[in-house]
Amino acid sequence: MSELNQMSNQAPASPERRRFVGVATAAAGLAIAPGVMLVEVAHGRPEDQAASSAVRWGMLVDATKCATGCNDCVTACSTENGWTPVAESAHPKQAPQWIRKLELQDPLTQMETNLPMMCQHCAEPPCVDVCPTGASFKRADGIVLVNRHTCIGCRYCMMACPYKARSLVHESLNDTQKPDVPRGIGCVESCTLCVQKVDRGDGNTACAEACTAAGHDALLFGDMNDPESEISKRLRELPTKQVRADLNLNLGVRYHGI
Amino acid sequence: MASITFREVEGSSLKYWLLFGGLGLFVLFGALAWNHMHHYGHVVTGMDNQIVWGLPHVFAVFLIVAASGALNVASIASVFNKPMYKPLAPLSAILSLALMLGGLLVLVLDLGRSDRLIVAMTHFNFKSMFTWNVFLYSGFFVLVGAYLWTMLDRNVKTYSKTAGTAAFIWRLVLTTGTGSLFGFLVARELYGTAMLAPMFIIMSFAYGLAIYLMVLAAAYAWTGRTLGDAVMMRLKTLLVVFVAAVLYFVVVHHMTNLYFTKYHAVEAFILRDGGIFTTLFWVGQILIGCVVPLVILLSKLGTQRTWIMVACALVVVGGVAQMYVTIIGAQAYPLDMFPGLIESSSFYDGVVHSYAPSVPELFLGLGGVAIALLVTVFAIKVLRLLPASLDDATVAKLEH
Amino acid sequence: MKRLLALGAVVLTTAALAWAGSDDQPKAGGAPKPVITKAVKGEQCVEPTDTMRRDHMKFLDHHRDQAVIEGVRTKKYSLKECINCHASETTGSVAASKDDFCVSCHSYAAVKIDCFDCHSTKPQGSAAMHPLNAETAHYKHKLAAQAASKVSAEEMAGVAQ
Repeated sequence: MSELNQMSNQAPASPERRRFVGVATAAAGLAIAPGVMLVEVAHGRPEDQAASSAVRWGMLVDATKCATGCNDCVTACSTENGWTPVAESAHPKQAPQWIRKLELQDPLTQMETNLPMMCQHCAEPPCVDVCPTGASFKRADGIVLVNRHTCIGCRYCMMACPYKARSLVHESLNDTQKPDVPRGIGCVESCTLCVQKVDRGDGNTACAEACTAAGHDALLFGDMNDPESEISKRLRELPTKQVRADLNLNLGVRYHGI
Repeated sequence: MASITFREVEGSSLKYWLLFGGLGLFVLFGALAWNHMHHYGHVVTGMDNQIVWGLPHVFAVFLIVAASGALNVASIASVFNKPMYKPLAPLSAILSLALMLGGLLVLVLDLGRSDRLIVAMTHFNFKSMFTWNVFLYSGFFVLVGAYLWTMLDRNVKTYSKTAGTAAFIWRLVLTTGTGSLFGFLVARELYGTAMLAPMFIIMSFAYGLAIYLMVLAAAYAWTGRTLGDAVMMRLKTLLVVFVAAVLYFVVVHHMTNLYFTKYHAVEAFILRDGGIFTTLFWVGQILIGCVVPLVILLSKLGTQRTWIMVACALVVVGGVAQMYVTIIGAQAYPLDMFPGLIESSSFYDGVVHSYAPSVPELFLGLGGVAIALLVTVFAIKVLRLLPASLDDATVAKLEH
Repeated sequence: MKRLLALGAVVLTTAALAWAGSDDQPKAGGAPKPVITKAVKGEQCVEPTDTMRRDHMKFLDHHRDQAVIEGVRTKKYSLKECINCHASETTGSVAASKDDFCVSCHSYAAVKIDCFDCHSTKPQGSAAMHPLNAETAHYKHKLAAQAASKVSAEEMAGVAQ
């Protein structure tokens, strides 16, 4: 079933993708550093080229570097994507939160851990499985998104998500959206890995940029399929875990220090 | 076999139109509630990003489950060849269609974008249980509609058994689908089990029959027709079996969970520490919904018409409580992303979520109930669904 | 299914009629003609005007599916580019007041658009120039951040070309 899903996801893009993969492979054969080549292709994807499954965008969260009380990633996300921070919302329980700081404590050892929690961009996303209209989908490059043109607001995906990553927009946004980030009443939304930035070629997300700017370096965004990317190198060295690994969803967000 | 005369109800009395108008009023309230929710968004409801499915889903799922169960009597008649149930079958079919309609309307009018219903009818993801249910519900209308037709039209009467069997199988699959809406959710501790499918089926038997009995008794009492004890006692016994089976499934479900340590916390929440949910479970679902009706129906009280009605009403109330616990209780318990650790965040991680239904939600739900009853009340006026008499002598003739 | 749809439609229509009663209805015969303002930027649209008038929704629909599902972000036929050129000089928007580009025609033709339930009606970077857009105080720091960001400067440059 999952193969089927993947196939249908890629089907429309396949001629493009094949061409791309072909070019990439040829280049890899010739180039001395094929990884660099791939990174370049991935980051500088021309605007008329579809997202490719040769890339898998992901994030490494180093919980040991995540500072207690620091909320910079959350603020950066809300600024980039235009959602109202929960503290400023008139309806905090109904306010969307694309990313949040989670504080964990072991009741026995008193050990405390801090980490950002958001959409984990599963390779086998339960939200995509349950969506009746196919509005919840995984893009070829591994980013899990909601197509708001077909989302009917049934909230089944919110029931299915093991990470409580999704929010429903409960009220009209009155044209306060960012031109780059459409979002609206009655539709479900979640972290998009800053897909607008990725497609623009920024090669980074707002949260990771903010974390680096704050000097914490707890967030690293990159292509997990490219063995030479910074994230792949770090993932090879650092022991990481997936949240609720028991569900075997193959997450795009990996945590160190949990 | 003796023949039975079916006749429309007169439906011209003041009482009939008062009932009709009263139900219509609730349908209107439901429409206004939907309009309010649609205009302002879900911000005017008690639902939030923690409790994403609220009271409308409790009503919708209850009605859909009961709809499938209301078809029981008809199935027994044609699939299992019990002639005594034959005269009861047309009401069973129409009630089942009406309840399904009410439930579905509540379900679709609670969508965040209920204006995009057409999208749900044109875009399908076949891995989604929801998509399957769209087809199961549509098929239900077609099959039960056809079945009703075979009952009402002499020309196609020979197909009655085929249509009845198809409808019977379909509605078993349908309730399996409804149960699986929850059963196929891996994230929530109280869901994610195949138990939910058979449990929903047996619950549908009980809730559907309880509603059917009440509608049947009311229709006969208010139209002055005779409804003999033979029918009542037979259906009562059936209800006892179904309610007892529901109790059995609920006990097995929770006992199984209690055996696994990882479910201890969520079971403790529902069974002991859950506040309103614990109360609704023990008092609503178990006591009112199962134990008291069983005591009434099995004791001397069960021979009196009034007490049978009380028992049916209690089963329905218990059923709504069960849906509330199943749907909202399971969401109120926080997701356990990091087993063994205490979680806290601005997004209410690690805390029990509270839920207070708003007035529009309640009226949307009641609107669904009202539309189901309104359709039934109207249908028995325009179609020959009810036997002119179900006195013991008439019924006894059928048995031979 | 038809039965369900039909019954559903009856209920919905009843509710909708009840609702519509409270809205302003255009007076029969006297409907004001739409105001079609020439685009602020550029001389010619991506297709001849006649084609655009008739088929703009087809271009937009096709483009939106490619953009959202496949990540093809070409500028031609992108709603963002429509807004970049057609936003009104006075409101800075294509749908803020009744004479703005999209709304003007659509209310005349009585075709409901729900693009702007989700999409911003203003070009990128314009929000700061139109302080009226900032409905709530909390939004101001975001406007400032947006105006100062590298991204919006680039976008503006792109638009200027």
